[in-house]
Amino acid sequence: MTGALLPILLLLPFLGSLAASFLPRQGKHVLPAWLAASVAATGLLITASLFPFVRNGDVVRFTLEWLPQVGLDFALRMDGFAWLFSLLITLIGLLVVVYARYYISAEDPIPRFFSLLLAFMGAMLGIVLSGNLILLSIFWELTSLFSFLLIGYWHHNATARDGARMALTVTGIGGFCLLAGVLVLGHIVGSYDLDKVLASGDLIRSHDLYLTALVLILIGALTKSAQFPFHFWLPNAMAAPTPVSAYLHSATMVKAGVFLLARLWPALSGTYEWFFLLGLAGMTTLLIGAYFAMFQQDLKGLLAYSTISHLGLITTLLSLGSPIAAVAAIFHMMNHATFKASLFMAAGIIDHETGTRDMRQLSGLYRFLPITATLAMVASAAMAGVPLLNGFISKEMFFAEAVATHADSILDRALPYVATLAGAFAVAYSLRFIHTVFFGPAPKNLPKEKPHEPPHWMRFPMEFLVLACLVVGIAPNYSIGPLLHTGVVGVLGSATPYYSLALWHGVNTPLIMSIVALVGGVVLYISLQRYLASCDDGTPLFRHLRGQRIFERVLVTVSWKWARWLESRFGTRQLQPQLRILAAISFVSAFLPLYFSDYAPGLPSSIDSFDPVFAAFWAIGMFSAVGAAYQAKYHRLAALVLLGGAGLATCLTFVWLSAPDLAITQLLVEIVTTVLILLGLRWLPIRREQIDEAATFSARMRRFRDFALAAACGLGMALIAYEVMTIPVPNTIANYFLERAYSEGGGRNVVNVILVDFRGFDTLGEITVLGIVALTVFALLRRFRPAPDSIAKPLQQRLQAAFDDARPNRETGDTARDYMVIASVIMQWLFPIIIVLAIYLFMRGHDKPGGGFSAGITLAIAFLLQYLAGGTRWAEDRIRILPLRWMGFGLLTAATTGIGSLLFGYPFLTTHSRYMELPLIGKVPAATAMLFDLGVFALVVGATVLILIALAHQSIRTYRVRKIEHSMMEDG
Amino acid sequence: MELVLSLGIGILTASGVWLILRPRTYQVIIGLSLLSYAVNLFIFGVGGLKKNAPPLLTDGADITSFADPVPQSLVLTAIVIGFATTALFLVVMLASRGLTGTDHVDGKEKAK
Repeated sequence: MTGALLPILLLLPFLGSLAASFLPRQGKHVLPAWLAASVAATGLLITASLFPFVRNGDVVRFTLEWLPQVGLDFALRMDGFAWLFSLLITLIGLLVVVYARYYISAEDPIPRFFSLLLAFMGAMLGIVLSGNLILLSIFWELTSLFSFLLIGYWHHNATARDGARMALTVTGIGGFCLLAGVLVLGHIVGSYDLDKVLASGDLIRSHDLYLTALVLILIGALTKSAQFPFHFWLPNAMAAPTPVSAYLHSATMVKAGVFLLARLWPALSGTYEWFFLLGLAGMTTLLIGAYFAMFQQDLKGLLAYSTISHLGLITTLLSLGSPIAAVAAIFHMMNHATFKASLFMAAGIIDHETGTRDMRQLSGLYRFLPITATLAMVASAAMAGVPLLNGFISKEMFFAEAVATHADSILDRALPYVATLAGAFAVAYSLRFIHTVFFGPAPKNLPKEKPHEPPHWMRFPMEFLVLACLVVGIAPNYSIGPLLHTGVVGVLGSATPYYSLALWHGVNTPLIMSIVALVGGVVLYISLQRYLASCDDGTPLFRHLRGQRIFERVLVTVSWKWARWLESRFGTRQLQPQLRILAAISFVSAFLPLYFSDYAPGLPSSIDSFDPVFAAFWAIGMFSAVGAAYQAKYHRLAALVLLGGAGLATCLTFVWLSAPDLAITQLLVEIVTTVLILLGLRWLPIRREQIDEAATFSARMRRFRDFALAAACGLGMALIAYEVMTIPVPNTIANYFLERAYSEGGGRNVVNVILVDFRGFDTLGEITVLGIVALTVFALLRRFRPAPDSIAKPLQQRLQAAFDDARPNRETGDTARDYMVIASVIMQWLFPIIIVLAIYLFMRGHDKPGGGFSAGITLAIAFLLQYLAGGTRWAEDRIRILPLRWMGFGLLTAATTGIGSLLFGYPFLTTHSRYMELPLIGKVPAATAMLFDLGVFALVVGATVLILIALAHQSIRTYRVRKIEHSMMEDG
Repeated sequence: MELVLSLGIGILTASGVWLILRPRTYQVIIGLSLLSYAVNLFIFGVGGLKKNAPPLLTDGADITSFADPVPQSLVLTAIVIGFATTALFLVVMLASRGLTGTDHVDGKEKAK
């Protein structure tokens, strides 16, 4: 029952996102904000209501089978830890929505902002609620995608675009590694189910592939959480609107990495590799993040590096492998989200009110923004780890763990010093943030005059979060205590250690470290103050070593230089080498298996089946094929005729060997194809035989090579064909169709029954393809500029035209019309006859050779003949064919017939068959398959006629073009 | 019969392969048509060759005496699709000729 709340919680933000995206772009910008706020609030309520079900280490589950074959279930799972994160996501989501309502200006596309924000919220909830590792990595990718869209929200801004692209590239690569790591992990455990993975920690750690899985998953987590050496994307992501930074870059997106580390902590942690890799990354990040943060001039840049540093702290804690350190890590995740989100909001308000975030311009804002300033000061103090605030407690826990020895190594011994130094840096940059922005003389030359306090509700989220900092910092056990405990039990389960959230542990090493850090930080800031007030943006010593630049260089090298090199080596833009390689590969891939299986071609044991007539027409067929190959360059018409010869041999083979349907279709298609190619011939250039006589040696070699390849392919094909045709056919699937064609399909022509009934879905797909091709041809020819005619009109036509022109009572072309009159009359008279033939072929199709395909082509030929008989104009004056309607009708009929069977509770395209008595004609089959065949028929007619007419119209068009040119020449 | 047909398929294939390796678009179109004959015949032949046994059911006939209808229906669709692709190729060929002024498959004459 409670499990059903999980999919609702997960789906709600996505549905909200969809709804928000449909809201009007212009108009009231309150509506999308209200929608987003109510979605977030509902999510928060659902999460809150689930608290009793997870607080004692219980787990709420919801499972839906998705792809059970590959072990992928849509499994949702909420334990205490997931609950804690859901709370964070929905609560801070709600606050950010409230804040963004005032932040985003009316000129921006507001619905898109809230739509993306909600979608991101859903993806993030997906990560924390996934009960299956593959599902988790899917949501992981979704967060990368939505963060890309959110960072690039102001896409007219180049910085935003670059930052978004960099974030996507880095986290996308990380996501890919994570997926690979998850697959390895699933392979080790034998299941992707999170419960099973978490329970198999020992198995995983002792497995050979442990290191592989670990490294891949760590790359995923570290890129997401902006850890060294992948940290550089986060400062560049600051081009995002500030609410996005407050949400993604403090509370959620970057927390996904450390969330995953904590999530898989029971399964992966505790080894030396884990400590070393993670500890090295974490400690480096902790230190350089804090160091870089001190030297930023951009407020958000400072916060971004501070976030990097704090995430480094969490990573370091998780690397230690001790349960208490894990508790501290989870606690700090919460605390950091609270104070950092409020600080981002403060930075946003300052930016909003003054128009700048550059700390060299900002100063003395306390007098204009007293409340915001106070709130920011408290949050900064929490960030610096000042006592009585939440940051202090988790930092103390961190210091205590830093002192304790875990894995004896230089890394471990260095940790207390690194921690204290980073703590001092944190104090220095927090102090700098407050002191520079709020104190000192009143600002001069601000882009916006007279800053003032923002509306109350824009400040409210900050107030709430800062209050939380205070309450947690003063009375941890009464505020965060139970929630934290729930989260910790979710990760550690029965291994949960005793820990105390007390404010005062007596004078001990961590306290001394805190004092050193505080005093050191203040001293550091005072001594650096003068330098910082005027220095360039960026960190001394590291100013030229920027991750961004390295990243861009790598990107250019990989995606441009290497790609170009590979292309120049292995690519070609010429068709011939490509086809040559293709043919060669096909040959080799057929040849090798035969060669290795010791295949020896055997000659026929007897020549009983030798059939002289068959052999004779195939002799003609082979002659035609070779002739077509020989003539296609210089004698196109001859080649076309010879091609027809080969086609006829094929057609006769079908007749000879019991395939009447194929023979009919082949013959009809042959006619249409020939006409098509004839229509196209006129635009090809003249090619005279003598030009190529002086062929170079290399050209001869090329031709010889092609000839050898062609001969080899032909020989191979002949051998395989012979072999295939002579092996005895086993009991095939054919019998299935032969047995059931009449009893279940209601037809005696098995080929037709297969097409319209058993494999009707294939046929539906096929006629769709045919329709698409026809439309493509139509579209191509609409914009087509034909080449100029290659040859002038033949002498005969010119003489006739001159004859016609010379006589006043004749029009040009009359002579030709005169001597063609008998032929065209016959063709006109054939029109009804061919229509009857088409209907006949169609009606008998289910029982005898025929059917929709052949009937369709026949009817198309009937139309074609009318065009031939009287010319395009004449034909179109008399019959209006609307091929697009025919095609639409055909597709709709076929599809509706298929859907019709659904109405009766049968699967798509099931047919119903019976016979029906028609007056005069007699008994005809009336299966629903016939309706389907009608669709096929109509589509084939439409498509064929569309193609032919489109080509035929080209000749009128060139005529028109020439006439216009002609008249222009006369005018000018 | 099998021998003759497989020889025919071989010749059709060889002519087709030779033609698709040629530099002129028209040769490629003719070559593809020849290749599609070869492939259609090959698929058709997979079911075995039978004379005077079209798969048209008559009452009381032994079903094993009929020619295999499955390759036939496959080839039937292949013929129609082959027609469609030939038409498309033809139009692309004409469009390319109109745009580039040449009938070379690469859209430009090879540098001599």
